[in-house]
Amino acid sequence: MSAIVHQHVPLTHPRLPRWAPALVGVISLALAALLGISLGWGPVGIVVVALLVYLVGLPVWSRLVENRRAATNRFVTTLVWVSLGIALVPLGSLLWKVISLGAPQVNGRFLTWSMKNVFGESGGIYHSLTGTLIITLIATIISVPVGLMTAIYLVEYGAKSRTASAIRFLVDVMTGIPSIVAGLFAYALFTLLFGPGTKIGFAGGLALSLLMVPIVVRSAEEMLKLVPDDLREASWALGVPKWKTILKVVLPTALAGIITGVTLAVARVIGETAPLLIACGATTAVNLNPASGQMSSLPVFIYFSYTQPGANPKILQDMAWGAAFVLIVVVMVLNLIARVAGKILAPKTGH
Amino acid sequence: MAKSIDVSDLNIYYSDFLAVEGVTMTIPARSVTAFIGPSGCGKSTFLRSLNRMHEVIPGARVEGKVMVDGQSLYDANVDPVEVRREIGMVFQRPNPFPTMSIYENVLAGLRLNNKRLKKSEADSVVEKSLKGANLWNEVKDRLNKPGMGLSGGQQQRLCIARAIAVEPQVLLMDEPCSALDPISTSAIEDLIHELKEEYTIVIVTHNMQQAARVSEDTAFFNLAGAGKPGRLVEMNPTKKIFSVPDEEATEAYISGRFG
Repeated sequence: MSAIVHQHVPLTHPRLPRWAPALVGVISLALAALLGISLGWGPVGIVVVALLVYLVGLPVWSRLVENRRAATNRFVTTLVWVSLGIALVPLGSLLWKVISLGAPQVNGRFLTWSMKNVFGESGGIYHSLTGTLIITLIATIISVPVGLMTAIYLVEYGAKSRTASAIRFLVDVMTGIPSIVAGLFAYALFTLLFGPGTKIGFAGGLALSLLMVPIVVRSAEEMLKLVPDDLREASWALGVPKWKTILKVVLPTALAGIITGVTLAVARVIGETAPLLIACGATTAVNLNPASGQMSSLPVFIYFSYTQPGANPKILQDMAWGAAFVLIVVVMVLNLIARVAGKILAPKTGH
Repeated sequence: MAKSIDVSDLNIYYSDFLAVEGVTMTIPARSVTAFIGPSGCGKSTFLRSLNRMHEVIPGARVEGKVMVDGQSLYDANVDPVEVRREIGMVFQRPNPFPTMSIYENVLAGLRLNNKRLKKSEADSVVEKSLKGANLWNEVKDRLNKPGMGLSGGQQQRLCIARAIAVEPQVLLMDEPCSALDPISTSAIEDLIHELKEEYTIVIVTHNMQQAARVSEDTAFFNLAGAGKPGRLVEMNPTKKIFSVPDEEATEAYISGRFG
């Protein structure tokens, strides 16, 4: 029987200095810039070449000094960071463009005037802002009860039954409905009910709710599923009826998540253009009554300002950017409100 | 207020699967009855069938009779919600309601059942229940803090307080100490000793010392064989079970030769 010979295994190996990535970065950029300027590339070309040099240089240096695993690690780490950067570029550029072009447009007149009888000068988006808020509010009022109750059926009553699977399938189908089809549906419905050419705020709200309901159902369903069965059983064991258990135990526990889901659904539909174009049309005047007359909204206003800017295109196109900026701010404010509400309503751990 | 439970020839099913077969036993009032047996032998299933919690699992059903105070729990016109108000339950894992404070957790059973309580009545119910669950001194200064902030043992005692606040006839406990440390376990065992003055208590446990410590009677459950349903092997006073059991299998299980 031969004894196992224990070799001395070193637990340390040479490491690159901490400033190595920075050094490689600077060198890559310098090299790429030198090449780029002499060959006349633009800044994009220089950055791309610098990234490629970095992507090769750092792992090679690491392979020579450190070991294979460290080199692979550095290579993959670089790739991950570059991917993150690439993903963020469009977002950053979009925000920069909207803020730089849109923010200067926003002033008191812009927010409080409509476009009625405004010719050849800059007006305001008050009519579209109120329109968007009213239409979205209507859509939310329709979608939240319908969506939430559907989700409650799916989780608490239907569970694995055939009806529930059928509903889940239909909700998934509904998620895929193109928004313009929802607009056509709402328009056709209101034409049937109230005569041809009925373009009113309610029709727009209905069209948007068709898009919202499936999102609310799916997100609320996921949130309700996360509520542990322990809590339901605890409540039943106290002799609490099922409906009351759902209302007083399950829903409060899931409320924060449900609110987040609803906000995401609102954010998803608030920028819809096509269905509103069809279902509630456009106007230059303030219309606060969703039951009669066409109603403008921010996306539709942006669309018309850009496609039909009239005699003085610059003014309306600038206003379109302003409206886009306001739209993004509205969505962000809604998100913030939802986050705060979620924080306040979230189950308390006491820590 | 405590009641005895008479079970005769009870078969418990999950859909077509027979989980527990032919149980007949009498659980005496104002006393602690322990269920022991290997995992999967149907102790918890049987316990849950005593307050109609078994049927909340889709497809689960029961054949046979469970009589409490001369009423059959499984009669056609018995409302399971009423049954559960009379027969409370404490679960394996502590499950206080996360959106409620300690105070609201204790009152949950009453409040959710639409009992209108004056502030003074509510206060006295909370104090009485928390004292009954040996938790009052630890939490009396932070009744409005969330119930989830307590330690595991405290949470379990909060759940017991919540269960006794609705003043049930019977208290079912499904391995109430298995997620707790020895000190919390000892606190809950002391509590069980006190509670049996007023309640009929049924406790499922994997810990045979615990069964020996807290119970007057012990029922030993076992599987009839692999893939066969669980059944009641023997039910006797705890002293007898742990010294001279009637059945060979009980002796083997208790002395640690299997299970």
